[in-house]
Amino acid sequence: MAWVNAVIQGILTGGLYALFACGLSLMFGVMKVVNLAHGDLATVAGYVGIGVIAATHMPFLWSVPIVVLVMAGLGYVLQRTLIQAALDRGALTTLIVTFGLSMVIENGLLQFFTADERGVGVNQGIVTASFSIGSQITIAWLYVVIFVLAVVVLLGLQYYLSSTKYGRLIRAVADDREAAQLSGADYRHVFGIAAAIAFGTVALAGLSYGMTTVIDPTTGTDTILLFAFAAVVIGGLGSLWGTLAGGIILGIAQQIAAQINISDELLGGYLIFLIVLIVRPQGLIAGRSQS
Amino acid sequence: MSTVADATVRSGGDVRVTRSRRNVAWTGIGALIIVVIFALLPYIVYAGTTAILGEAFIVLTLASMWNLLAGYAGLVSVGQQAFLGLGAYFVLIPAMHGLSPFAALPIGAVCAGVAAVPLWWLVSRLRTGYFAIATWVLATAVMLFVERFQSIGGGTGMPLPGLAWSNTALLSAATYWAGLAVTVLAIGAVYFLLRSRLGLVLTAIRDDETAARSSGARVGLARMLVFVVAAIGCGAAGGVLAIQQLEVVPDTSGGVFSVVWTAEMAFAVIIGGLGTIEGPIVGTIVYMVLEQTLQSYNAWYLIILGLVAIAITLFARRGLWGLLDEKFNIRLFPVGYYLWAPGEARRWRIRSRSAGGRAKAGIGS
Amino acid sequence: MSEAVSGTREGSDGPLLDVQDLVVHHGQLRALSGISLRVFPGEVYAIIGANGAGKSTLLRTIAGLHHPTAGSIVYDGRDVTGLRPERRATAGIVMVPENRRLFPSLTVEENLKVGATYARSGPWTIDKVYDLFPWMTERRGQRAVQLSGGEQQSVAIGRALVANPRMLLLDELSLGLAPVIVQRIYGMLPQILQSGVTVLLVEQDVSQAMRVATRLQCLLEGHTTLEGKPSDVTGAQVEAAYFGAAGAVAGGQPGDGGEA
Repeated sequence: MAWVNAVIQGILTGGLYALFACGLSLMFGVMKVVNLAHGDLATVAGYVGIGVIAATHMPFLWSVPIVVLVMAGLGYVLQRTLIQAALDRGALTTLIVTFGLSMVIENGLLQFFTADERGVGVNQGIVTASFSIGSQITIAWLYVVIFVLAVVVLLGLQYYLSSTKYGRLIRAVADDREAAQLSGADYRHVFGIAAAIAFGTVALAGLSYGMTTVIDPTTGTDTILLFAFAAVVIGGLGSLWGTLAGGIILGIAQQIAAQINISDELLGGYLIFLIVLIVRPQGLIAGRSQS
Repeated sequence: MSTVADATVRSGGDVRVTRSRRNVAWTGIGALIIVVIFALLPYIVYAGTTAILGEAFIVLTLASMWNLLAGYAGLVSVGQQAFLGLGAYFVLIPAMHGLSPFAALPIGAVCAGVAAVPLWWLVSRLRTGYFAIATWVLATAVMLFVERFQSIGGGTGMPLPGLAWSNTALLSAATYWAGLAVTVLAIGAVYFLLRSRLGLVLTAIRDDETAARSSGARVGLARMLVFVVAAIGCGAAGGVLAIQQLEVVPDTSGGVFSVVWTAEMAFAVIIGGLGTIEGPIVGTIVYMVLEQTLQSYNAWYLIILGLVAIAITLFARRGLWGLLDEKFNIRLFPVGYYLWAPGEARRWRIRSRSAGGRAKAGIGS
Repeated sequence: MSEAVSGTREGSDGPLLDVQDLVVHHGQLRALSGISLRVFPGEVYAIIGANGAGKSTLLRTIAGLHHPTAGSIVYDGRDVTGLRPERRATAGIVMVPENRRLFPSLTVEENLKVGATYARSGPWTIDKVYDLFPWMTERRGQRAVQLSGGEQQSVAIGRALVANPRMLLLDELSLGLAPVIVQRIYGMLPQILQSGVTVLLVEQDVSQAMRVATRLQCLLEGHTTLEGKPSDVTGAQVEAAYFGAAGAVAGGQPGDGGEA
């Protein structure tokens, strides 16, 4: 029965990973930007949440929309200034800039918040509350909520991209930037919108993660970025729902590995990632076009 | 494609092609003298200074390797720490079986190079950005894998045996010389590599990959060789690091597998100048100055380093050395070619574009 | 709505588009050496020339996708030389790019909707495009890539039309299409002109260009080798201008301005 629990836990964790991953996938797909600072942005969201709660003493749930909006705004600004400047100069520059951003953010957090781990200040009761199915299966409510949140976010994204004006523009610009310009679209603005959305989802991801565990300045790169990327790769580049599938597979792989040997949890996930890299690296290979 | 300035070739004269504008013999002798001076330092300065220099040697070696990867082969790797760590561990393991760590250094370097081959196979087909993250993921996976083995320290690390010398001054001198030797070999290797045929192939790939391929250049092979050489270099640096620290600790914060090493080597190269051999040297100097002045403010030097690197890659993409080079036209390590039309006063140059650069309209960019 | 006019018109109606001495480089290669042209409202101005002559470069520069090294582009009395391409589109210069370049992951209707996002006010709507191309109505939900070349070309034209351009730029409409299809597409031109649109087109098929143009210009290696009304030039002149023969060069000095 421990195995069943593990699989269920893995599936639910997949929701969290999908939340991590969809922003990354969006920025890959639209701007062709590999944002190495992606994970750190999630951590920043966590710290902003901590800060907001500490300053205003508001309930955690109230702080979520604030943090999301702040991060989305930050995303737009960062995209229009720094990332666009880097994009104009080439892929190498973009990598260096986002990597530099990642290091600056991490060390900035380290400097101002120290390396101590922190929780986002959520009532401990929420974290451990669980329900049981039968006598052997226990499921934590929090993870169910996060999974549902992830599905809602993905549904929202799908609707947005398929049926709204800006969603269409984002897809058009992602397909062919110049042709979009010829139709009157300022692609830099559209990129900004896409980045804002990506940062918004990453904020949600960071806050959710912060609820499940403690965060520290290096969480961004240690855990989040690599999981997000693994989920995207496993699920297939360019597919939003693929990030959910990828997240679930990643989660299950990790939980199963943990059942075999508790300290192998992370390694299990990376193993799957490597296998996918060998067997099915569609979209990652030079010279092929993305969907 | 090279930027060729119009040169009027007068009939009746030969066109000469040389490796540099000035006679480089003096640069070679100069370099030799500098190396000798550095070698004599342990007799002249305190152990504290040689320790700092030892740190600089590691950064310089790593930076030279990263420069080779990113500046000449177009491979932006955020996972070089994997080879740093592997080099350290492959020095640890022989040392645990009785071999002197110093003697184990070449073993560590070579083993890191060997490990690079299957890792290259995993990531070689990936596009720039995905290559970067994949190397990062791989480095983390390597670390996790190594941490499984309690016999070599597991997650907490293991002290390096064979370094309990009674003559501590001699130990610190030997450590210093090991670092110096690795650095000199590393820079020398890069220099000779780039002057060789491989170097020509790399420059061709850098300028126009498709053209290079159709001219018969074995692009994949060239890149793999560079990846392996860089792994060897990073592995050697890792071995020296282990000797310096007297232990091998794996984790991601400050240990041998920390991504901070990549940050340091990348930023040093960017600031100093990507795509030139002199660049990493300049960058390492900047890095060490920053680190020494800010050392009481732990995280600050990385923050500033990162910000400066971002600024430089956006606004002065050829780095500090590039700025110097543009003003004064110096090449300490000549790897390009110079074309002399017979007997005219002004010098024209054939020189490849700088790393990752777009062609600037005009001559000699 | 103005009718199609022929011939040059001086006087109160100035040119809608006035290009002067345009010099354009691709890196170090000089693609256009001092090209000038004026297009008056209601005209169909054709640019012909062999591959590599610089025709598409000219059109792309007018659309804003290339920056000229020298020269000016004046549209409706306004200097737009430095204007970004999307601003030119909203000002009324809309291009149908070479190879159609529909958005592959979008449906036919979505392609049109994107074109209409920043549309100016005017007679063209998505429904009017469906009137112009009746077959499109049933195919509107299909992804653009699933259409044939000729159908894609129609959608691309439709996408440009819904933006209600004043100056429509058509880049190599006939590329990759069977002659029958090409004829049918060019057959739409009168209806487009009737709605008040002026057309500047690039065409490799000389006879097709001669059939629809009110005036034309021939480019060879970045220089203008011929300019005038189709009725005023002979086949021999066109041939000479197209392929380059002694005595055919007219206008456009090979300047030594611009960067090396």
